[in-house]
Amino acid sequence: MSTSTPQQGEVTQARGNFVWGNLLRESLLRLNPRTLARNPVIAVVAIGTLICMLYTGLAIVRGDDITFVLSVTLVLLATILFANGAEALAESRGKAHAGSLRATRSQLKARRLHKDGSEQLVSADSLRRGDRVRVIAGELIPADGEIIEGAGSINESAVTGESAPVLREAGTDNSGVSAGTNLLSDELLIEVSADPGESLLDRMIALVESASRQKTPSELALSVLLATLTLVFLIVVVSLVPMARFVGITPSPVMLVALLVCLIPTTIGGLLPAIGIAGMERAMRANLVAKSGKAVEIAGSIDVLLLDKTGTITLGDRRATEFAPCDSSMAEHLRDVAYGCSLEDPTPEGRSIVSLARDQGATARLDEQAELIAFSASTRLSGVNVPGGQQLRKGAPNAIAAFVEARGGRIPANYASLVERISRKGATPLAVADGAQLLGVIALSDVIKTGMAERFSALREMGVKTVMITGDNPITAAAIAAEAGVDDYIAEATPERKLEVIREEQQAGCLVAMMGDGTNDAPALAQADLGLAMNSGTQAAREAGNMVDLDSDPGKLLKAVEIGKQLLITRGALTTFSLANDVAKYFVILPAIFAASIPALSQLDILGLASPQSAVLAAVIFNALIIPALIPFALKGVSFKATSATALLRRNLLIYGVGGLLLPFPLIKLLDVMIAGLFPGVLP
Amino acid sequence: MNAVIICYALVIGLALPLGLYMAHSLDDDRKAPLDALFRPIEGLIYRFAGVKPDHSMTWRDYAWAVVKLHALLILFAWFTFMAQGVLPLNPDDIAGMRWDTALHTAVSFATNTNQQHYSGQAQLSYLSQTLAIVTLQFITPATGLAVLLAIVRVLLKRKANKQDSASSTTAGVGNYYRDLVRTIVRVMLPVATVVALLLAWQGVPSTYEGAQSIAPLDKGVSISQEIPRGPVASMVAIKQLGTNGGGWYGPNSSVPLENPTAISNIIETVSLLLFPVSLLVATAIITGRRKLMNGIGAVMVAFSLVSSTTAIVSEKMPNAAFIGLSASASPNMEGKEVRFGPEMSALWASWTTQTSNGSVNAMHDSFNPVGGLVTLMDMFVNVTFGGIGVGLIGYLLYLMLAAFIGSLMIGRAPELLGKPLESREIRWISVAILAQPLTILGLTAITVAFPGLAGTSNPAFHGLSQVLYEYTSAFANNGSGFEGLGDDTLWWNLTAVVALLVGRFLPMLAPLAIAAWLAEKRTAPSGRGSLNMDSGAFVGLTAGVIVIINLLSFLPVLFLGPVAEQLTSGF
Repeated sequence: MSTSTPQQGEVTQARGNFVWGNLLRESLLRLNPRTLARNPVIAVVAIGTLICMLYTGLAIVRGDDITFVLSVTLVLLATILFANGAEALAESRGKAHAGSLRATRSQLKARRLHKDGSEQLVSADSLRRGDRVRVIAGELIPADGEIIEGAGSINESAVTGESAPVLREAGTDNSGVSAGTNLLSDELLIEVSADPGESLLDRMIALVESASRQKTPSELALSVLLATLTLVFLIVVVSLVPMARFVGITPSPVMLVALLVCLIPTTIGGLLPAIGIAGMERAMRANLVAKSGKAVEIAGSIDVLLLDKTGTITLGDRRATEFAPCDSSMAEHLRDVAYGCSLEDPTPEGRSIVSLARDQGATARLDEQAELIAFSASTRLSGVNVPGGQQLRKGAPNAIAAFVEARGGRIPANYASLVERISRKGATPLAVADGAQLLGVIALSDVIKTGMAERFSALREMGVKTVMITGDNPITAAAIAAEAGVDDYIAEATPERKLEVIREEQQAGCLVAMMGDGTNDAPALAQADLGLAMNSGTQAAREAGNMVDLDSDPGKLLKAVEIGKQLLITRGALTTFSLANDVAKYFVILPAIFAASIPALSQLDILGLASPQSAVLAAVIFNALIIPALIPFALKGVSFKATSATALLRRNLLIYGVGGLLLPFPLIKLLDVMIAGLFPGVLP
Repeated sequence: MNAVIICYALVIGLALPLGLYMAHSLDDDRKAPLDALFRPIEGLIYRFAGVKPDHSMTWRDYAWAVVKLHALLILFAWFTFMAQGVLPLNPDDIAGMRWDTALHTAVSFATNTNQQHYSGQAQLSYLSQTLAIVTLQFITPATGLAVLLAIVRVLLKRKANKQDSASSTTAGVGNYYRDLVRTIVRVMLPVATVVALLLAWQGVPSTYEGAQSIAPLDKGVSISQEIPRGPVASMVAIKQLGTNGGGWYGPNSSVPLENPTAISNIIETVSLLLFPVSLLVATAIITGRRKLMNGIGAVMVAFSLVSSTTAIVSEKMPNAAFIGLSASASPNMEGKEVRFGPEMSALWASWTTQTSNGSVNAMHDSFNPVGGLVTLMDMFVNVTFGGIGVGLIGYLLYLMLAAFIGSLMIGRAPELLGKPLESREIRWISVAILAQPLTILGLTAITVAFPGLAGTSNPAFHGLSQVLYEYTSAFANNGSGFEGLGDDTLWWNLTAVVALLVGRFLPMLAPLAIAAWLAEKRTAPSGRGSLNMDSGAFVGLTAGVIVIINLLSFLPVLFLGPVAEQLTSGF
């Protein structure tokens, strides 16, 4: 075996690989004018810094005191570096995750199959779409692709972090494999589905790389708004010069630059790229790979979630939840017979009957001589023949009825209503008989995953409508829907029906999300605004969706919605905060600029700051420090609670709007006191 | 104080029935009252003008029709003013206007501003006053209302069902000429007629005869006095009602002939606010969005009360210039009519700037600095009721901005009434918002940078305020002035024309385009998860956006102008 299997340690090492030196280097590298020009707000700060540098130089030549000019210059430079650092930090966190995978793959070798059936050992990087490769147990899968022959268990921990192996099989809805995952058993023939540079991994990396990242629609609109505000403040500051001269004030250019930098939205402007990248990274951390940033953003605005019942809302298997005897005197008998019939039944349903019976006190053991009667599609019943002549059976209600009647038994009068009662609850009735005696019915129910009702109610609180999709008949579907707490359901659903439902909801103006894995889900995945494909799904499904869930966990849609919302809220909250800050800065800097010439205007200095210089310095330092202070918010996203939009708006307005209005006052005063203490002589 | 309360009460009391009448007269889906009377008149106008009122225009056609008609009107008025000396209806032999003053006057009246760099009674003939000025005084407010109707039609109006919304997007935004004619014929003319009659009853002149010659009381003097008059009452009515502001006489409604009595003063004061407030009621009825309009109305009323109260308090204080002198007696009566007193003068000043009207019954230039600051702030904001139609349109711009930020803060892609707000919309909102500081601050800065241009009658802070006021008033389409400014110069006339045109058409037509674009997009159903624009939080956010945007743009210049003036005066 020529492929080397890399150590698990190598893969994960890069994640924690964060060094302050790297960050500083990255921040400095981004001072490149071309990089700066991408962000108009920060570009204006850079120009301001240059102007201040010029005045520092002039002051040195003239022999003036440079403490103030130099301090402002350095603080402005720090402002840019903090903004760059935020972006670099977000990027490094994102890349660490994806980059380690890429490193793994570049060492991979693949057995490429030629048309004539011969094999050739090639580097995984050279594989193209349509190539076929053979993978043998113990090897790593060299490329994203679809199994076209064979089945095997695969450890996907390198991609998903989940170490339990999963089964992938050709011709099923679980035929997709990802590069870098480990085949544990058997042998597979795989058709490669992506050219180099287009695999999921490459997409993941592109989303967190600032150079190649595409701005999402709302990020683009917000950038326009921020650029406009920057322009407004540029006009305000430039026009201030002749107006101030007209009333006899000649403002210092350095102070004007400081005013401009404090007014333009540097906080949100500096953090905006980091917020975007961090949003993608959070999605990735949840093992959701978006094909574009837009997909993550749309997730936040989803109005309707289409959820498959099986696997998403319910555990995959039915479980026994009730023994319903035809006559209450038969309760124990029913329990014991059901127990006896199921002891040797290996299906999950059989095991669930045993466990329910045990819970209710069944203890009997099966005679070793007992003859097992296996389930068959023609008889539709199963059971055991005990040596004493007892014939214990369980099965479909009409099959058991026929079995009892054939042995001369009587069908109890309430049997039909019992069966119907259980069906109506959404459960499957399984009748039980002991020879000619019909004992009662076992209810096999879909078991709803724990916590689903809470999640759906949280979604409802957020205004997201949940629709359950199931192949069940309407009665069963209604019962499960009611129990799970979804808003609506579609029974007896076919893939075509799913597509139809998505179209209908979109016609009504809703954004629709759905999850799917099968090839027949592909059209619906493509039609949905957020199509979340399972990584285990077929190639067609993975291509049709705009997001792939590496865990193939149907509950992930909820997570996707949360991540999308959090991304948008973070942007909105920090924009509001940034703008609200400006009011305080005006009351600090304007008196500082004007008061020297017009003493009466010092009454506007409501904070009573030490000197004009210390006031301006305190304002620019606050303006710079607020960026790193908010980096945790940018990277983790602001805290988010599932609640109604109005409550959310009120809460965020209070925290980021009113908070942003008030917070700068005490902090700038504090900084001013510190500056005045540090440079008592120089900055009077 | 009682008169102030009476005025507020009268506005509210009259706005409810008038709003109801307007809603029924202007809404396409309602049966208009007195249709049998108005329809033939309108039909006559349509036939005469050769327009097809039932043809629904795209937003581009609509905007183009507005621009085209106004270009024609400007040319017509410009020509009339320059040639009035040789045209009929000129009993007092008034000469033609200089070209730049004529151009400024034409643009000023065609933009619903009525900024006057001339004195009406001495420099305009009866033909100019009635044909050019009064025509524009009807057409311009009706245009603002028409554009609002178009926006209401495509964006704000709740649709009865989905079929309607689908058909309305393809059907365009409505017909400008139809909206214009209906507004004038059914709403403006009838109300203006009533007000004109009331004013004539109070003694405002209403005649086509020339100036009246009066022998002076002193029999020893041989000269006689000429008292200018004319069809004043009808002009004053629409001047007050139509957020116009340009009066017959130079000193506007402070002249006894234009505003003779306490009753006429109340009539004229109430007329300032009547249409803008009625329009809120009408819009609430037409759109079916009562809660949204309640929120908008609440913000407007709050702004109005703050502004009026501050102005009244300021003017009841002693004159800031007299502090420390023996003459410093409360209140500040400089530039005010004793007939009206400080309260009714301050109320008028705040209302006339809240509504982009611009008529005056006292001289704003002589207000205390804080009073001047209030009028400036009103004009910066310009959506405290605002001009007819354009006030709500301007508010809509802020509403879009608030919706953008508010949507983000609840974690949804930005949307307004369920319509996605994307880069194109934000770009145009940005342009409309940027235009204000660029025009006002840019022109003010240039003007004060070259002392020869300014023509200010005061040095330092108040001089800066005078210049700032002139451009602010032009951009806000207000028209009032810190008079004393020597503004009838080539520089002032031409730069003011720029401010007038940009301030009128950009903030009016950009929202029309945005509304039309939004109308074509999907509408997300509103629910718990969508932005609730009726909620108190959102109303507060909108008010905050309005205050912050204006404060951030204009706080520095306000510090240097009125604030510095107030503080240096020793308060």
